[in-house]
Amino acid sequence: MKRIGFYIALLALTFAVAFAESDSEVNARKTALDLAGAFTNDGFKIRDGHWSGSLKPNEPTLIAVNLYAGNQYWFAAAADNEGKKVGVKIYDESGNQVTVENYDEGERAAAGFSPENSGQYFVSVSLLEGEPGSVCLVCSYK
Amino acid sequence: MVFRGICLVGVIAAGSLFAAEPAQLPSDVLSKAIRSDAITIPTPGELFAAMTKPGKIDWPSQYRAAVPMTYSNRAQIALNLGGLIADGFVAVEAHDTQQVKNTGADILKLAKALGVSQNILGRGNSINEFAENNDWDALQEELEATQNEVKASMRSHQDQDLIILVSLGGWIRGTQVVTAAVEKNYTERNAKVLRQPALVNYIRSKINDISPELRNEMLVKDISDQLSEIEKMVSFPKNAAPSLEDVHKLNTTVTKLIEEIQSKTS
Repeated sequence: MKRIGFYIALLALTFAVAFAESDSEVNARKTALDLAGAFTNDGFKIRDGHWSGSLKPNEPTLIAVNLYAGNQYWFAAAADNEGKKVGVKIYDESGNQVTVENYDEGERAAAGFSPENSGQYFVSVSLLEGEPGSVCLVCSYK
Repeated sequence: MVFRGICLVGVIAAGSLFAAEPAQLPSDVLSKAIRSDAITIPTPGELFAAMTKPGKIDWPSQYRAAVPMTYSNRAQIALNLGGLIADGFVAVEAHDTQQVKNTGADILKLAKALGVSQNILGRGNSINEFAENNDWDALQEELEATQNEVKASMRSHQDQDLIILVSLGGWIRGTQVVTAAVEKNYTERNAKVLRQPALVNYIRSKINDISPELRNEMLVKDISDQLSEIEKMVSFPKNAAPSLEDVHKLNTTVTKLIEEIQSKTS
């Protein structure tokens, strides 16, 4: 049932963004949602909100998020096509890098952790290899 | 960390592989981070999810009386709409089919009053269907999607200023629910979930960005004035928890705001 809900969301979101975003952005978002969808098997819910933007290689972007102690999180990022390499890192509110579990598979990557404190964290998304292009970040929690 | 069960095929890589960034980022870099309503503000459902871990919460005790549906002030409607979406998440946590359907119907009534897109009306059917089937995970996603669709519709109708009010209404109602639940069964672990200084600071900054006309409306101004005090209440140090008395003070403050938001005389 969780997978059905995810696929309905994926379909609806893909149609919704198709009218407002470029093909490149839609591809990145679809890939990021596909990766985040794998976590739903383990009870994670995908936040409906996301971040999309254009990145150049090795010019990471930083996104502020507010998280709750007691939840587990995965941040899944994806580039618009294969042949690229994406990286995800997490920093706490003081700027210290947080130890995370990383999943890394070329144009898509994810970082997972359980915050010990509620508050602000920063997700760094980088395009490590490949031409400049769209990248999308999706958050899951449970 | 319990991520072992996740079914993924790929390479688990250490974070140290990405050497381009330092292990600590300076404050000027952090201050330039991207912040947006969609990714920076968590939903009430995410807050409630954090609450469910340490023990069972008596969610039905957090229901409130029905909110009037006949407001004429658009700011007040937006604030109440956010609060109702938080009520929907409470009903989902309570696994209460009828309460979810009632709240879903009220959300759509207020959304219609704001003239949001007709697309949103289809959400009502989905909410009812998922509630009938006791599909609580899908309902949680549907409520979140409904909130984002309302915001998207506001954006496309040049009503951007109302978006932050929907988020604010949801945050205030969510905080009222959580502080009441923590008060009922106080543990330091549960109370720690209330630490959100940057979130309240971000909401305050967004309120400062809305049009002067809307910002100076009595209800918006009253809430905005009290947000700085609330920011102090949720700014306790890392690894610390607010005392039971602190939680009570926060609950009293947000309860007064909710009463003001839902009052017909505002």
